[in-house]
Amino acid sequence: MDYKWISRKERELFIQQVGVRKRRVVDGNTTTADLCFAAAEKLIDELNWDKKEIDALILVTQSGDYVIPGSGIILQDRLGLSHKCLAFDINLGCSGYVYGLSVIGSMMSSGNIKKALLLVGDTSAFNASYRDKSTFPLFGDAGTASAIEYSKGYPEMSFNLQSDGSGYKAIYVHDGGARNFVTKDTLKQRKIADGIYRNNIQLSLDGIKVFGFSLREVVPNIKTLAKYLDTNIDQYDYFVFHQANRLINQTLIKMLKVPSEKMPLSLDKYGNTSSASIPMTIVSELGDDVRKKNLSLMLSGFGVGLSWGSAVVKTDKIVCPEVLEI
Amino acid sequence: MKVEDFVLKIEEELDDLEPGKLTPDSNLDAFVLNSISVLIIIALIKTEYDVVVDAEDFAASKTINDVFNIIKDKKK
Repeated sequence: MDYKWISRKERELFIQQVGVRKRRVVDGNTTTADLCFAAAEKLIDELNWDKKEIDALILVTQSGDYVIPGSGIILQDRLGLSHKCLAFDINLGCSGYVYGLSVIGSMMSSGNIKKALLLVGDTSAFNASYRDKSTFPLFGDAGTASAIEYSKGYPEMSFNLQSDGSGYKAIYVHDGGARNFVTKDTLKQRKIADGIYRNNIQLSLDGIKVFGFSLREVVPNIKTLAKYLDTNIDQYDYFVFHQANRLINQTLIKMLKVPSEKMPLSLDKYGNTSSASIPMTIVSELGDDVRKKNLSLMLSGFGVGLSWGSAVVKTDKIVCPEVLEI
Repeated sequence: MKVEDFVLKIEEELDDLEPGKLTPDSNLDAFVLNSISVLIIIALIKTEYDVVVDAEDFAASKTINDVFNIIKDKKK
């Protein structure tokens, strides 16, 4: 972390409390779709899946290649998947992995989908202002691929998904959509607060609001799901949380009264990678475990929207490639 | 629930504070120097008192006592 916009003391406090020591940022020629493409190719290869058998591709992102069309459809073609494969995008960030799994799980339970790809990621760092200390040092860029296959006799995935649109301004980009088109003023940087300058197409984050929301909503959401499944919190092997801020995650795990060893953190290496943070953490921190053991995982994503949700996923010695850097 | 205990806990959580320097009447501006300090205090309040104090609550508070009164109100 050699971010010069803030003082050395601020940097030290940021690393210590927020937890981001390093992060990866794409160059100007690489998009989320490119990152997800590389991850998908590697995963399909290691799984030895026949691409013709992939029935669905869902891309969860807020940084698609174009405003129109969604990048998931373009990835169907880039990956060489058949025309029988359905493909679409979901516009979600921090909660996106859990939501994406839920959509694929529902489609599989209806019977027509047997093999699916869930591609999840964002290039939020690329969209943050260097002169905005509330966003620039926090976000990293990542794209991930998960392969989900329907098999009889395996445990179901279970979900508890929630939303509160009244908090939409907590994390947002003001211009560029249909509500506020890009104008000649869009690219003008403005002072928002001390150490925070950005233009209207750069990411805006109200960290204190998101922090309060996370402490208020995440633990009840997890406990409701665990209770619905008639399980105790201590039965889960790991709690894989969205990687927004170490202080949030440490407080959540204390509130759940779970040992911190059950809560992997990848934030120090990759920063907040938006929707990619949960699969990124599984691959980066739990790779050996998910390859060799049967695990019961509680996943929880929370943030932009505001949107949040948890999932219980049981894994059975899954194929998990190493983190790939391109 | 005593404000003196809250003061001690703040001193434990925030770096660079000399023990015994803060009082319930201490002005927040004097030691809450950045947004990360606010997050640390919000996390402390949630963990110790099971209450979430928002940014608006902080903005409306001048002293530790003011924050503590908000915690007591939210506990009711």
